[in-house]
Amino acid sequence: MNNEKKKVRVNNKEYAVIRFAGDSGDGIQLVGSQFASATAISGNVLSTLPDYPAEIRSPQGSLGGVSGFQVAFGDDKVMNPGSKADFLVVMNPAALKVNLKYLDKGSVIIANSGNFTEENLKKAGYTSNPLEDGSLSNYRVISVDVNSLVEEALKDSPLSKAEKLKTKNFFMLGLLYWMFDLPVEVTANWIDEKFAKKPEIAEANKKVLYAGYNYAENTEIFDAKYNIEKGKLEPGIYHNITGNEAVCYSLIAASKKLKRKCYYASYPITPASEILHTFAKLKSKDVVVFQAEDEIAAICSSIGASFAGCLSATGTSGPGLSLKTEALGLAVISELPLVLIDVQRGGPSTGLPTKTEQSDLFISLFGRHWDCPLVILAATSPSDCFYTVYEAARIAVKYMTPVIVLTSAYIAQGSQPLRIPKEEELKDFELPPLPDPDKFKPYLRDEKTFARPWAYPPLKGYEHRIGGLEKSNIEGNVSYDPENHQIMTNFRRDKIKKVSSEIPPTEVYGDQNSDTLILGWGSTYGAIRSAIIKAQEENIKVAGVILKYLNPLPPDLGNIVSRFKKVYVVEENDGQMAFVLRANFQSANIISKTKVTGQPYTTEEIFRIIKSEK
Amino acid sequence: MTKLTPNDFSSNLPIKWCPGCGDYAILTSVKKAMADLGIEHEKYVVVSGIGCSSRFPYYVNVYGYHTIHGRAIPIATGVKLSNPDLMVFVVTGDGDALSIGGNHFIHGIRRNIGLKVLMFNNRIYALTKGQASPTTLSGSKTKTTPEGSFDYPFNPVSLAVNLGAPFVARSIDTDVNLTSSLIIEAARNDGFAFIEILQKCVVFTDKEFDVFKNPETKDEMVVKIEDGKPMIFGKNKNKAIILDGFNPKIVEFDPKNPPSNLTLYDSSNIHMASIISSLIPPEFPLPVGIFYKINKKSYEKMYYENAKKEINSIEELLKENSYEITK
Repeated sequence: MNNEKKKVRVNNKEYAVIRFAGDSGDGIQLVGSQFASATAISGNVLSTLPDYPAEIRSPQGSLGGVSGFQVAFGDDKVMNPGSKADFLVVMNPAALKVNLKYLDKGSVIIANSGNFTEENLKKAGYTSNPLEDGSLSNYRVISVDVNSLVEEALKDSPLSKAEKLKTKNFFMLGLLYWMFDLPVEVTANWIDEKFAKKPEIAEANKKVLYAGYNYAENTEIFDAKYNIEKGKLEPGIYHNITGNEAVCYSLIAASKKLKRKCYYASYPITPASEILHTFAKLKSKDVVVFQAEDEIAAICSSIGASFAGCLSATGTSGPGLSLKTEALGLAVISELPLVLIDVQRGGPSTGLPTKTEQSDLFISLFGRHWDCPLVILAATSPSDCFYTVYEAARIAVKYMTPVIVLTSAYIAQGSQPLRIPKEEELKDFELPPLPDPDKFKPYLRDEKTFARPWAYPPLKGYEHRIGGLEKSNIEGNVSYDPENHQIMTNFRRDKIKKVSSEIPPTEVYGDQNSDTLILGWGSTYGAIRSAIIKAQEENIKVAGVILKYLNPLPPDLGNIVSRFKKVYVVEENDGQMAFVLRANFQSANIISKTKVTGQPYTTEEIFRIIKSEK
Repeated sequence: MTKLTPNDFSSNLPIKWCPGCGDYAILTSVKKAMADLGIEHEKYVVVSGIGCSSRFPYYVNVYGYHTIHGRAIPIATGVKLSNPDLMVFVVTGDGDALSIGGNHFIHGIRRNIGLKVLMFNNRIYALTKGQASPTTLSGSKTKTTPEGSFDYPFNPVSLAVNLGAPFVARSIDTDVNLTSSLIIEAARNDGFAFIEILQKCVVFTDKEFDVFKNPETKDEMVVKIEDGKPMIFGKNKNKAIILDGFNPKIVEFDPKNPPSNLTLYDSSNIHMASIISSLIPPEFPLPVGIFYKINKKSYEKMYYENAKKEINSIEELLKENSYEITK
């Protein structure tokens, strides 16, 4: 090794995108999230996205078994995990083959050449070694034999060869921490905690982590460091959180604010299960968590808990939402508060369980018998899941209605720093007034919101009966009266319409006077906003709107969409929102732009839509 | 607390069951049991599914929820799990509990959630006007089995015993004293308590249970099982069911001089409960009473014993792995 101080170039960048890839058993998700934590603690804005195969463990070294994790970090422009990677870290040939499409010319590939064996190359379908045959000449390739360096670093360790090799990800991490000047201690401390009961493994992992760092520091092939801009984050305590985790913490925060028990019931389903996992660790007297026998039982038990006065929720994904629709109808006619989180994935049927889509808008709007309206919100990012679910809970209670929150695999599994709000910063809950027992009637509505009172057992004097049969207005007894059914149908419709008074003015991003509006909803937020910023940088006139309130729609939306000559509705389904907007705003020029590949819209794709119309 | 009477549980709604329906007598039994249990009025919750029996909540003036077909058990589970202090009854029928709600029935028992499930068994889908149900006996002619059904019915008590419900009993609609006493025992059991109540449907299964009620036949066709007592039946109390190893048998004897080795019923013995609950007329008389009664910790009790974690705020929850950004 060279003892002279080597020359290191320092590159300044606003942001960078790093993609980690390897075998699904390689611990790629772990390394990716450790790297993300290090950037977060350094004050970067960041956004992450795991990309893992549906199978738990495909054969080692195979193309189908490649697991990926992408991190974008930098200044405030980071709004999504990015599409193209500037840096690709690959642990084997299959990972390289699968992920090369995410690289532009000039990007950096860091490869563990130790795993580019003849056998692995064959499994990935390579006839010669791409690290050596010149086929990667468009990229800057840093090839490091991590396997032997790890063995060398751990030559005195009592661990077996297989155990030693397992530490190789930490070597890669060490290399990267040097390249991006990130604090190694974050991961070193994490290792100490994680492997507290296995000190020899902790020791080996840390040794390898520092070995990686020192290797980069001391070898000539690492001749460039990258100085990535920090974000202008609001001061406070932050937690890097996935969308699914944010759902859980939001419901707990809402129940604390409301001062009621939180109840969450669910049935395992990809990609919503992490909500249940997060809750499961927090089971307590005030946070009741229930794994039901099926999707129907999950929502039904949540409705029961709501009848018993809890802030109640259930979570699922497409196929589960299909199963829950009858019970949603019960929640609508019973006029009980309920939050349903639907983590959208590719469909129909089993579809693409681990891939993202936005195709549950129609089922949320129309997927019930009857005229059966309810409130639908969409979350725009991992950290926004916290605020959207909180808003859903607030509306559910204020208006005594089920609320569906549409997230998606993309934001549910991706992560972002969430500034943890203090309880006093969160909006207050407004319960419908509960009159004295002698004046109480189950369907005596609040004049302003049309919400019925929420009396629940064992409140003395409020014993009452509700159910799925139509109820008489005010008294709440079973009623087959034709006039009454009309009245109750109108109330159910008008109550949901009244929720529009909760919707803040719609924010129009970009150039207010352009002819073109890009309109999206929910999880395409990051890609659309980034594309609008990019257009502005290139002096292209375009405006953007990303909807969060899907039913009812914002009251000012009609004026906005009519103001633009062309409204491109961009969504990850076959044109569902475009259909809804055409039905609502006949005079608007709605042009549907869709994509259903299981992959989220990228900034570049939306930018191309903007550009092609100029 | 002032003593409540059955009338304190009457709602003022007109009852819409057919005249002569077995449900009227069951309603009387439930109100009697509710009064006798001495639980505060506001702590009772009655949850039902869909079917004739499921109109039940409208006719008792406690907290009630008439829900959707087959889903009474999961909805009641949400009520009970969120507040174990409530006394939660599920009123359901043979179609509601065992057909469309079959999955919830077996999982409710597996989990041992502390619901008191009263299943009114009229062996027919009555509200939808006469289709075969999962308890319709083989050979019965119904709208959907005009030639007579050829498949096999569930035996609900046998099913519940063998799934491990800690309280399983059977009664007959007209026996108000037995039904109400069973409900009281069920309510005092910590876990999932199941009572099958044979219920006559005047329209479709009018004669179905006559043999168990008719003074001419009932003594020969019904045996009341009681803990610690022999299973004696017959007009002259001259017969008993005994267990010969695994085999149930009927023995006849001189009632003045009953044999000393008659099998004594033991409701805590799962094997005995399993055998006796499986007996089906006409080979054997219909057993009524408590088949199985044990102490088995309920799901909600275990939940709250394990849920020791205190959550004060999300700030506290998210403290770990959090970091501070300063200006």
